[in-house]
Amino acid sequence: MTSATSIGWTRDAIAERVAQDIPNGSYVNLGIGIPELVASHVPAGRTFIYHTENGLLGMGPSPAASESDPELINAGKRRVTMMPGAAFFDQATSFAMIRGGHLDLSVLGAFQVAANGDLANWSTGADDAIPAVGGAMDLVAGVKRVFVMTTHMTKEGEPKLVQRCTYPLTGRAVVTRIYSDLAVIDVTARGFALVELAPGITFDFVQERTAAPIITSHALEARQ
Amino acid sequence: MIDKRFASAREAVADIFDGATVMIGGFGEAGSPIELIHALIDQGAKGLTVVSNNTGTGLVGLAALLRAERVSKIICSFPKTAGSTVFPDLYRAGKIQLELVPQGTLAERIRAGGAGIVAFYTPTAVGTPLAQGKESRVFGDREHVLEHGIRADFTLIKGRTADTHGNVLYHRTARNFAPMMATAATVTIVQAAQVVDAGALDAEVIVTPGIFVDRVVHVPAPALESALNEAGASYP
Repeated sequence: MTSATSIGWTRDAIAERVAQDIPNGSYVNLGIGIPELVASHVPAGRTFIYHTENGLLGMGPSPAASESDPELINAGKRRVTMMPGAAFFDQATSFAMIRGGHLDLSVLGAFQVAANGDLANWSTGADDAIPAVGGAMDLVAGVKRVFVMTTHMTKEGEPKLVQRCTYPLTGRAVVTRIYSDLAVIDVTARGFALVELAPGITFDFVQERTAAPIITSHALEARQ
Repeated sequence: MIDKRFASAREAVADIFDGATVMIGGFGEAGSPIELIHALIDQGAKGLTVVSNNTGTGLVGLAALLRAERVSKIICSFPKTAGSTVFPDLYRAGKIQLELVPQGTLAERIRAGGAGIVAFYTPTAVGTPLAQGKESRVFGDREHVLEHGIRADFTLIKGRTADTHGNVLYHRTARNFAPMMATAATVTIVQAAQVVDAGALDAEVIVTPGIFVDRVVHVPAPALESALNEAGASYP
């Protein structure tokens, strides 16, 4: 299978593309890993307020060594800073923001996304794996919109966009939109629907690497 | 006069009994009450059920309690933090039972336990392996699962400042589970870096009101997991 690293969007380009779709003033939770790159690509003139589920709204970037505080961390347990107007709160309040539908957007990574919006991103179900879920199931159940940011295929060349997830689910019918290195794809009542192709990528190239049909008639309306 | 101060962590944890359920605050190292945990290791209670978001790192704090094989079951949302080796080894060896709970459901189960709510419905985890075997019910057009409140015999948490009545303030993201856990245990034990007289704290900003706290231990310079691990420490 073709490696997707040298073609299509880079990780930063995917992040930049995601950021374009986030309105000014949005309250956003960025998942650990590739979604964190979104914070480096906020369009000029926009401010997003970042929520980290361990108890901070108004999270800022990594600290200078002199400002580093082991008890000012993000959900990935990395040290962060706080922005002016930030607030600390306990876990019940933090998850009231998530489960009560107060956050505008959750951006998450994925192992698999199904054509009906099912997401699998917490466990491969392997026998020797230590199961760990954190806040992922709460985020997908409670946040208004769930974006997935992912490579289109696994390192082994398997499609991540599938008809049905084979890994254990994080949530049922929860994903709104997928941003991969090859395309932006909506999850609709009719399944995957193309919104945009990465530069130099053809529709057929994306479809060949997707294990479920992608409809194209959706693209124009979705971009309006 | 009310004075909830205990002279030492050792005295504060002395009555934790074999088989007790113990909630331990912290998200990663932030808020982890290392000195209380180490006192519990020294005290020797075993067969514990621990409720905590993670399982500790290195060979100190919560990881050291697990390594001493004092914990038979852990109720937890994320037991495999980077640097966490003790829990994975025990789990693979079948020496510890794991009840995996989504983080928000864990927080709400503790909150509910402390608030006298025996159970609640949530859409979190519907359609996933973590909903298997749980009662479910449709509200509106959406399926929800029934989750039960959790109560404990003891809670161990870390505050920044406490007063003699047990009012507590926290430090930044070290707050995390502590306010919920304080409400949900028969006996709540707080270690605080600063302990002041009742009346010294601004009543408008108190996070955990003293009614939820039974014992306050002054630990002026609490250890941090990362610093202990960098120094290669292990406990005991």
